[in-house]
This record gives sequence, C-alpha cells and structure tokens, in this order.
Amino acid sequence: MDLVTPGFGLIFWTAITFLFLLLILKKFAWKPILDAVSEREEGIKDALGEAEKARGEMLNLKSANEQILKEARAERELLLKDARDIKNKMIADAKEDAQEQANKMITQARESIHNEKQAAITELRNQVAELSIGIAKKVMQSELSSEEKQVALIENMLKDISLK
Amino acid sequence: MKLNILKTALLSILFLTISFVGFASNEKGKNDQETEFNPQEMILHHVKDAHSFHLWEWHEKSVSIPLPIILWTNNGLTTFMSSKFHHDDSGKVIVEANGGKFVKLHEKIYQLNTDAIVIAFDKEHHPTNAVKPLDISVTRNVFMMWVSVIVLLLIFIISARSYRKSENNIPKGIASFIEPLVIFVRDDIGIPMIGAKKYKKYMPYLLTIFFFIWINNIFGLIPILNGANLSGNIAFTMTLAVFTFIITTLSGNKNYWKHIFWMPGVPVPMKIFLAPIELIGMFVKPISLMIRLFANITAGHIIVLALMSLIFVFKSVAVAPVSIAFSLFIAVIEIIVTAIQAYIFTVLSALYFGMATEEEHH
Amino acid sequence: MDLGSIAAIGAGLAAIGAGLGIGRIGGSAMEAMARQPEMHGKIQSSALILAAFVEAVALFAVVVSFLK
Repeated sequence: MDLVTPGFGLIFWTAITFLFLLLILKKFAWKPILDAVSEREEGIKDALGEAEKARGEMLNLKSANEQILKEARAERELLLKDARDIKNKMIADAKEDAQEQANKMITQARESIHNEKQAAITELRNQVAELSIGIAKKVMQSELSSEEKQVALIENMLKDISLK
Repeated sequence: MKLNILKTALLSILFLTISFVGFASNEKGKNDQETEFNPQEMILHHVKDAHSFHLWEWHEKSVSIPLPIILWTNNGLTTFMSSKFHHDDSGKVIVEANGGKFVKLHEKIYQLNTDAIVIAFDKEHHPTNAVKPLDISVTRNVFMMWVSVIVLLLIFIISARSYRKSENNIPKGIASFIEPLVIFVRDDIGIPMIGAKKYKKYMPYLLTIFFFIWINNIFGLIPILNGANLSGNIAFTMTLAVFTFIITTLSGNKNYWKHIFWMPGVPVPMKIFLAPIELIGMFVKPISLMIRLFANITAGHIIVLALMSLIFVFKSVAVAPVSIAFSLFIAVIEIIVTAIQAYIFTVLSALYFGMATEEEHH
Repeated sequence: MDLGSIAAIGAGLAAIGAGLGIGRIGGSAMEAMARQPEMHGKIQSSALILAAFVEAVALFAVVVSFLK
C-alpha cells in the first residue's frame, strides 16, 4: 500500500522542478535548437529549389540552343540545295547553249554545204552544158554533117548524163 | 540512432558491473549483522524513497549523504539534517527541533505528541502517540531529480549554444548527438500525433517530458546511486500525468468536449450512455499514464533486485553466476525499457493533445 | 493462503492475459512488416503504442497486487 501512495513532498518538488526545467529549457534550449534545425531545413529546401530552378533554366537554354542549331542546320541545307540547284542549272544551261550552238553550227554547215553543193551542181551543170555544147560544137564541126546526125547524137549523150 | 543506443547500453553495462560489486558487499554486511536476510524488506527499501542517500557499508558502518528534512508543523517550518537520526529507521532516536520531537520510522517522519517520551505502537505496528507532519523534505529522489535537472540543463544548453557558434546551424559536438533525438521527438511524436499545424505549441513540453523521464529512468538503473527510483515512484509519475491532463483539458476545443458529452453520429440513447464512459475515460487516460510508468520501472527494479537477492536467500556463491547473468539480462532489457517508456509517455501525451485539438472533419 | 499469495496469483493471471495480447500485437506487427517493409517505422511505433495500452491493463493488476 505504501508503494502506491504518492507522497506529498515528492509531488511538490516534482511539480516545481518540472516547471522550472520546462521554462528554462524552453527558453534556452528548445527554442534555439528547434529554430536552428528548422532554419537549416528551410535553407536546404531553398537551396534545393534554387538548384531545381537553375536546372530548369539550363534545360531551357539547352533546348533554345538546340533550336538555333537546328535552324542553322536547316538553313545550311537550304543554302547547299540552292547552290546545287544553281550549279545544276548552270551546267544544264551551258549544255543547252553548247547544244544550241552546235546545232546552229551544224545547220549552218549543212546549209553552206547544201549551198555549195547547189552552186557546185549549178556550176557543174553549166560546165557540163558548156562542155556539152563544146563537145557538140566539135562533134558537129568534125563529124556531124547532117542535121539528123547531130540531133541524134546530142540526145543520146544527154540521156547518159544523169544529174545528181 | 543505433550508435547512440549502443553507446548508452555500453555505458550502462559498465556502470552496472561496477556497482553490483558495491551492492553485493553492502548486502553481505547486512547479512552478517542480522540473523535472517529478508529480500522483500531489502527490495522495498531500495524501491521506496529515503531521507538519506545511502552509499555503502564500510567497516560495519553506513556511509551516506545526509539530506535536509523539511517539515511543516504547527510551529511552522522545521528543518534539520537527516544525519541527526544516525541511520535509525525504527523510531528510537528522537530529534528535537523547533519545539517538536521527531522520529524516523520506515523512512517516514513522525512528530511525537508533546507528552510522549518514547514512540508507542499498536498491534499492527502503527505509532499511537505520534502524527505525520507535512513532509516536503529533500529526499533521495528529490536529490536525484535535481542531479538529473543539472545534467539535462548542461547537455541541452551546451548543445543549444553550439548552434549559435557554428555557421549554417550545423550541429557540433554534443549537439550532433542530441539533434537526432530532438528531431525524432518532433517528426515521430509531435507532428504525426498532433498534426503539422498545431504541434509547435506542444514541442517544449513533449521534449522536456521525454528527456526528463528518460534520464531519470537511466539514473534509476545506475545502482551505485542506490537506484534512486524516481521514475518508479508514483508521486513523480502522478505529477507528470497531472501536467498532461491539465494541458489536455485546457487545450480541448469544442469538438473534443462534444465527443465527450454528446458523441456525434450515434443515436440519442447511445449518446447518454456514452457520456459517463467518455467522462471516466478522460480521467483514466492520465491514470494509465501514471501507472504504466510507475509499474514498469518499479517492476524492473524489483526483478533485478530479486534476482540478486537469490544469492543471499540460498546463501551460496554457486548461485551467483546464474543470478548475476539473469539480472544482467533483465538490466539490459530495462535499458531498452527506459527509452521505450519515455517514448510511450511522450507519445501518449502527444496523442491526447492531438485528440483535444482535433478539428471536426465529418 | 495469505493475501500476498492471492495477489501473486492475480498478478500472474494478469501477466498471462497481457502476454497473449502483446504476443498477438507483436506477431501481427511482424507479419505486417514482412508484407510491407517500407512501412516498418510506422508499424513499429503503432505496435509499441498498442502494446502499451494492453500492458496498462496488466499493470493495473500488478498495482492491485501491491495494494496488499
């Protein structure tokens, strides 16, 4: 029974001591310790937030860079394509020009050949005609006494000549 | 945390082994003087409070620290040192102070009636011609409580100072040992039990009660101090439980009182039936807090002491290894119990505060 | 049989009850921890609190046996 009967003296001293301890520790220990801990936790939280933000910015920057790079690459592609096109066009144009020139020259040559040939033919014909006339003259002078003989000869000769 | 527990355990084992030696010789001396060793008397003597701080027996003489006796008698405040009784505990030595005659009987101070010369007993060994004055002496337990307060103040004020000195509030030295415990009380007791919004107001109380109980539990296990069984004293646990009860009652909001007197969500006859039960529950909570701590710590002390006294009951050294091994085993369990009981008391206090401040949510 | 032995028997009976109760709490807590190891801390603290509630009943009996 004695064991479970609370003594007044101890209750009195415990109450006083506990209140004293509570007040002193609250002011000089718990407040500074808890404040320091929570301050540090806040600091860590802030730092983490900052780091997160910086990372986000970095990411943004990186993606912007990538965008610029992509655009530059696309532009280069475009430029190269243009250049290639121009080159191809130039080559094609040159080819065409050359072809044209050649064709022209060929046509001219052909024409001149034709003309020359025509002239030659005409000349030849004229010469042939002269020759023929000369021959005829001679034949007629020397051999041909009669008219009929002359005509027959001429016609015969003319038959043999084929032009062109 | 694990390392801390290990440290505490190692230190405590060291203290235990040192003090068992002193303890054993103490009992032997007693055994030689008296014809029969009475384990019950010895255990109760150790578990209960005392007016002097008995250290050891030396050459058949008790060595003890005398403590002041403070009494409130009809003549006003009366004080004298307990050494005036010369280790007498049977009411034979009469001390005269402030116009009164006082004797000490079973660690209780009695004031003899003015006409009495020698204390007289009835059949049940109760004194007939003496009264108990109001006793607010500094007893063994009060003395140990003050020692624990000094230790606590030193530890925590030093660690609080170390934060001020360090940059970025980094704990140094003893503070790095204390901080995890403080954070444990905050994050594992305060916040989950009371809630993140309101816990701050109760933190100083929870922290103080946790460390106060813990350190006194540990001090109670150091037998060189003759196991000043403070946290196993019902007056001590009652005072702390009453503090918890007062804070719970004062911080009870409308919702809390509604749950006690007019339980919402149940039919009216049930409400009437529940109200007295809840009202009793309100008082049972602190009473169970009081009994839990008191009985746990006292039971631990009784078991350790009972196992030790087996040696003297059997009067054989052969029993010693077994009984020492067993009591060492129990003592190690008790070291864990010191922390668990401090935790339980704090967590339940926090739980009751949480119940008292809970907002209506249905 | 004196009052002391009766009190001792009472304390023993209370210990049986509390032992069963705390055993069940401990067993269930172990199972729960095995099933959900990530909830280890929470389960442990609630098991301790529940054990304290059960223990309180046994301790009431112990205190009654002190009352002789």
